[in-house]
Amino acid sequence: MRYLPHSEAERAEMLGIIGAVDIDALFSAVPSRALKSFDLGLPAHSPEFMVEAHMKALAAKNHAGADGPFFVGAGAYRHHVPATVDHLIQRSEFLTAYTPYQPEISQGTLQMLFEFQTQVAKITGMDVANASLYDGSTGTAEAVLMARRLTKRNKIVLSGGLHPHYRDVVKAYLKDDADLECLSASPEGQGDILDHIDEQTAAIVVQTPDFYGHLRNIKTAADAAHAKGALLIVVITEVVSLGLLEAPGALGADIVVAEGQSIGNALNFGGPYLGLMATRKEFIRQMPGRLCGETVDTEGQRGFVLTLSTREQHIRREKATSNICTNSGLCALAFSIHMALLGEAGFKRLARLNHANACKLADALAGVQGVEVLNKSFFNEMTIRTRQPAAELVERLAARGILAGVPVSRLEPDDASIANLIVLAATELTTDGDIATLCAALAEELQ
Amino acid sequence: MSMNNQGRPTGTGTSSYAASSGSALLPNEPLLFEIGDIEHSGVDLPEVEISLDRLGGFERKSALDLAGLTEPEAMRHYVRLSRLNHSIDSGMYPLGSCTMKHNPRLNEKMARLPGFSDIHPLQPVSTVQGALELMEELSHWLMTLTNTAAVALTPKAGAHGELLGMMAIKAAQEAAGQSHRRIVLVPESAHGTNPATAAFLGYLVKPIPARADGTVDVQAVKDALSPDVAAIMLTNPNTCGLFEPQVIEIAEAVHAAGAFFYCDGANFNAIMGVVRPGDLGIDAMHINLHKTFSTPHGGGGPGAGPVVLSEALAPFAPVPFVRKGENGLELVEHAEGSALGRVTAFHGQMGMYVRALTYMLSHGGDGLAQAAQDAVLNANYIKARLAHAFSVPFGDYPTMHEALFDDSFLQGTGVTTLDFAKALIDEGFHPMTMYFPLVVHGAMLIEPTESESKQTLDRFCDVMEELAADAKAGNKERFTSAPVKAPRRRLDETRAARSPVLRWERPVEALKAAE
Repeated sequence: MRYLPHSEAERAEMLGIIGAVDIDALFSAVPSRALKSFDLGLPAHSPEFMVEAHMKALAAKNHAGADGPFFVGAGAYRHHVPATVDHLIQRSEFLTAYTPYQPEISQGTLQMLFEFQTQVAKITGMDVANASLYDGSTGTAEAVLMARRLTKRNKIVLSGGLHPHYRDVVKAYLKDDADLECLSASPEGQGDILDHIDEQTAAIVVQTPDFYGHLRNIKTAADAAHAKGALLIVVITEVVSLGLLEAPGALGADIVVAEGQSIGNALNFGGPYLGLMATRKEFIRQMPGRLCGETVDTEGQRGFVLTLSTREQHIRREKATSNICTNSGLCALAFSIHMALLGEAGFKRLARLNHANACKLADALAGVQGVEVLNKSFFNEMTIRTRQPAAELVERLAARGILAGVPVSRLEPDDASIANLIVLAATELTTDGDIATLCAALAEELQ
Repeated sequence: MSMNNQGRPTGTGTSSYAASSGSALLPNEPLLFEIGDIEHSGVDLPEVEISLDRLGGFERKSALDLAGLTEPEAMRHYVRLSRLNHSIDSGMYPLGSCTMKHNPRLNEKMARLPGFSDIHPLQPVSTVQGALELMEELSHWLMTLTNTAAVALTPKAGAHGELLGMMAIKAAQEAAGQSHRRIVLVPESAHGTNPATAAFLGYLVKPIPARADGTVDVQAVKDALSPDVAAIMLTNPNTCGLFEPQVIEIAEAVHAAGAFFYCDGANFNAIMGVVRPGDLGIDAMHINLHKTFSTPHGGGGPGAGPVVLSEALAPFAPVPFVRKGENGLELVEHAEGSALGRVTAFHGQMGMYVRALTYMLSHGGDGLAQAAQDAVLNANYIKARLAHAFSVPFGDYPTMHEALFDDSFLQGTGVTTLDFAKALIDEGFHPMTMYFPLVVHGAMLIEPTESESKQTLDRFCDVMEELAADAKAGNKERFTSAPVKAPRRRLDETRAARSPVLRWERPVEALKAAE
């Protein structure tokens, strides 16, 4: 077996030095009825080329994004990842390193995390960011719990524009919690959260651009929350938007959570992704997840370490801020490299290109008979209402090789009023030809 | 240090990072913000005109100040940074409880097939049948290896899997009118994530003391059980590297008291293909794909922590999950009834599923069992070779995949476990896990995994013996000053925590110069 270095002779020699008669002697603590008492019935080991053939056959049964026009977004976005990014994250020293608990021999990972934290703080306009969480959805749940610790209040209000999966994850984390208020879906971008803030409110959670693509007024939400002593948590699922839209930190956000997948990370059918979290300086001791900080070594050389670990499970055990341990280190590296390659100039150009393509898409869709675009404002994503149920329509378009977006009913099956809505995204990869193909097919299907 | 008006360092300065490029192959690399500036970019994108009409007045007005690098600059920056890391590809990582095994590159190649990497979690299910088939196949392997009824694939890492497993237990007990069960038993030797998870869900954590031999006493568990106990969270093999000999009796006692048995599966590498946890009576167990099934640790993630579930807990699995339907495989995305809902957006760590299944198919059922046996063989070999020079707290049983030593062999030398571990760095090895488990004084927990050859194990043991002899010979300085050959000497962690610097700020002199 190609991954196992020992020969049979070496195994025998080692058993001799151990003083064991055979390998089973080393498993003597296992109750005999549980040791090798079964036939697994699993296939035997396989050469590389056969494994590769099997996996390729599975992959071939999927319709990849590059196979045709693609407008699927709703929390995960198809962007171009420079070849340099994928090459660098496969460097052995990054890919196969452990969590940097031994800083003397982990400065590569640690400096990268320090740079990553700086980048995230800058784009969100916040004081500090952590070294990543699993993804945007679990990050949102963590932010809600953090707000409760900070305010010592319980009530949480989720905007109707929050991604339904994110809402569901918060619900699961706060199971059976009477203090969680989830506002009903707001596909028209209607804002109603301001009326739900009171003196018991720990935080309100507002997504922008929201699930339906509308841009939300963060300043108004921040002012209303702060007037009652509550915190504002801003959620962003399309982080490229920060190249064009005002930073939530500049508008009064207290905690910003974002899905970082769009920068440096492929779609991967939903994971691994990258949770970004940034906050105000005074809140860091209640922040979950790892933090990397600058210090010096005994010779006075600058170096980096994981710090403030008294918040974390391996030190605090049941008193930790979160149980999180492994996070998304390599996805954070991909994000950081891509962001370094973009730089300010590239990040802004990328954002403008996304918005420009989305404007073309919105204009073209508005010209299709039987299609209504619901958005007055958007970044790279929008919602349309069609005269047919969206799920079947999207399915028929997929049969024609067009991935036309996400029927809202897939995420909100219980709300009949939104059965005809589709959320569509455009990115820098969307071509004029893709848009024309989509609109022609939509027009035919809706005739 | 002087800067030009874009904040780029110019000339030599006094700061340690300014001009020094480090020695030989160990670079001193400036921060990306000290190399790049806001004009440079390594990505060519067309400049397009846009109107602000559809931005609702929310366009960015605040400064970004985000440094960029051209492609050659970026390549060099990150390659130079990478050289400052230890990695499994460059040397042994004897980290107990972490299973730092070889990461096959076929896994990486397969995960990058566009049919896996370039598919969206919300594109029509009819267009991702291969992905669902892969999830089914991975589930089959995990359930077969553990002899369990169901598996929830979605958790993002081990601790997330723990959370989900305990949520399923909570949901099952609530459905059965057993909400009064508020206590979770956790042995003292447990990973920190266990008590953190239980507390996260509002449970009271009741510690179970370890026996003198490092295992859990079934009587101590029985004494702690009551009608208020919801579950026990037990790691098996445990964090002392020992298989719990009374695990079946413990499971029976827990079940007799109406509680569930959560097993921390971090150490599954010792028994995969050899012992099925379902046969031991577990109700839920997470499996770290980034430990047992060779997906890379990546400097701290991403991981993946699928949870296998017993018959009793299967109905409380979260969404989404795959099931067979009339027109092929279906993805169930909405909880019907009392299930606990959703613990992450989308469908979990697909990229890790591909890598783990690739590894499983490469090894086969036979190879996985051989790998577990080799991992156990290697740990026992280290223990046998080092027992004479080190102190073994629990010598009665053969160890499983880890060898545990305490610090009594260092008594009177003035050398601590930390010093000893840092001295290993100078010899080219990553330190072992230190001061964990907590039940052993000055613990050194060594997990070689099956990936290490006899030659490497011998070299490691030679170095360990030589270090132990040197410590006992009174050469304290070698240890307390270590490491001296690493890119950095010991770092001041107290300073980092007392006045945290968590991001780069533009130096004041550069700001003044720019004015």
